Amino acid sequence: MSLQLSIAVTQLISRRRPTLVSLGGIALGVAFFLAVSSLMRGSERDFIKRLIDNSPHITVSDEYRKARKQPAIEEWPDGAVEVRRVKPLTEVRGIRGHAQKLAFIETLPGLRAAPVLLGSVVLTFAGRNEGVTLNGIVPAKMKGVSTIEEKLTQGSLEALATNPNGLVIGEGLANKFGLSMGSVVNAASPGGEVRTLKVVGIFRTGNASYDENQTFALLKRAQGLLDRANRVNRFTIQLDDPYAARAVAAVIERQIGYKAVSWQESTEDLMSVLLVRNLIMYSVVSAILVVASFGIYNTISTIVMEKIHDIAILKSMGFHARDIRRIFLAEGVILGALGSLFGVSLGMGLMWLLAQVEIKPPGASDIVHLPIYWGWEQYLLAVGFALASAVGAAYLPARKAGQVQPVAILRGLA
Amino acid sequence: MTPILVAERLGRVLAGEVPVTLVRDIDLEVGRGEFLAIMGPSGSGKSSLLYLLGLLDTPTSGRILLDGQDTSGYGEDQLAATRLRKLGFVFQFHFLLAEFTVLDNVLLPMRRLGKLDEGAARKRAEDLLEQLGLREHARKHPHQLSGGQRQRVAIVRALANDPLIILADEPTGNLDTHASANVQQILHDLTRQLGTTVIAVTHDVTFANAADRRIGIVDGQIDPEWRA
Repeated sequence: MSLQLSIAVTQLISRRRPTLVSLGGIALGVAFFLAVSSLMRGSERDFIKRLIDNSPHITVSDEYRKARKQPAIEEWPDGAVEVRRVKPLTEVRGIRGHAQKLAFIETLPGLRAAPVLLGSVVLTFAGRNEGVTLNGIVPAKMKGVSTIEEKLTQGSLEALATNPNGLVIGEGLANKFGLSMGSVVNAASPGGEVRTLKVVGIFRTGNASYDENQTFALLKRAQGLLDRANRVNRFTIQLDDPYAARAVAAVIERQIGYKAVSWQESTEDLMSVLLVRNLIMYSVVSAILVVASFGIYNTISTIVMEKIHDIAILKSMGFHARDIRRIFLAEGVILGALGSLFGVSLGMGLMWLLAQVEIKPPGASDIVHLPIYWGWEQYLLAVGFALASAVGAAYLPARKAGQVQPVAILRGLA
Repeated sequence: MTPILVAERLGRVLAGEVPVTLVRDIDLEVGRGEFLAIMGPSGSGKSSLLYLLGLLDTPTSGRILLDGQDTSGYGEDQLAATRLRKLGFVFQFHFLLAEFTVLDNVLLPMRRLGKLDEGAARKRAEDLLEQLGLREHARKHPHQLSGGQRQRVAIVRALANDPLIILADEPTGNLDTHASANVQQILHDLTRQLGTTVIAVTHDVTFANAADRRIGIVDGQIDPEWRA
């Protein structure tokens, strides 16, 4: 151990109470920093995970990002042309040439895509009607892009392939209608088509709204029911790397022309709210550490005042000003490091306790534990900030100690 | 006697609205192994002169040659290094570090200098404590010692780096007669046995009488007529 360090340690040990108070301040600061950070980051990650897991990474819809220009305007972009009273051509909605476009998308690496026809139908059972969203799917492809298969509590998606009139519904809808496996319901489209469908699967996602409103049927059956033969209006795409969604969506949109929306784009407003929330959270928890650093400042300032004669004698003995500064900076580092160590232990304890808390979020049907994030970077951030605060707090008294003129002190005692 | 320390027209004025002259035009030579006592009335500038000679304070005029080296151009670091290698201080108050044992207090300057490894430094510290009859107190803390014992530890600490000069400011000012005589004898022996120069500021006539030479300071100047 270096001489300066041994003097620093000895001085801190000799002043147990203020040292312990300073350590306590830093430890509590770090612990609360970790507890709040883990909770906020945990909820953020849980939210993003739900977004990523439960919704497509990229959705290609039968829409264009910008309205298509009239051919005359495209032909003479700089001409004095004005086309009045233009009425766009009425066409059947859906992605044109979807098979070719899907084939192109599937050539891109690291993704799985599934065609979907989305529409609204009214289900009728035992005299009750309920408007729901019908997803026409190809079960084999849907498995690769959705977690719905994992959420099935009864039946399977495969049953749709073997039973063309099959229907998969959510538990909320099943409970509302009193439906069970094998129940038969009537489905009516806005165009007046009516089909009789049989329940072949029941899922539960934990999202009450989703469980009551989403239903799944075979793509061919949905096309017939919605009177949109050989059409799909969605490509649902999942990526191996969800965070590449924005770039891949741009490639797809450029190539096929239809609007391709990544999960990041569709949740941009939420992401900026999360960013602001994180900024507020880190500002508040950092303030705790700043307050704790005043304890260190107080402790080291007091030591400097009390040890002013020792400082004078050390300097008269031949210690440099920088030796003296190092002693008191070392005290700051020791307090910061030990406080961080205790703080991390305490923080992990708090995080464990928080992880045991069970809650039932509004709109969810399951009880869940508080989401806690255990990532190493928040420990690094907490310890780094605590150390920086401690060294910052020690710097002023250390500088003052280094500036002590031994003669001024010795004259005062002579 | 070869001079180990030479002060030439040494002066020290404290700046301020009313400048205060602490030391004025002092010429002094101190020989190697000499025991010099500086005496004078309170506030005459004895301690100020000692701080200048010990390179703790910087003169506003004149210069100091230590071991043949002119120290007038030295910066803070060089002054500190010179104090560490060539000078040892003993003050009226012992100024031992309370949290450290006697042995650790003596080891401090040796550890800072780093000339000896830890084992050799410890051996030297224990030998010095032995010589001054403090061997059995090595593990004690300063508060467990008497005033005389503490002052002897301060002398051992001053001797730790084998300095050329020991500068003592009222070293017996806080001690009883017996302890004073003991400290006086130790400092006297240092000059005789080790050839260490001792410059001591004192009010104690008995102490001063044991010195090889006495000078009197009055109003910051050497007064050849001064008598205690």
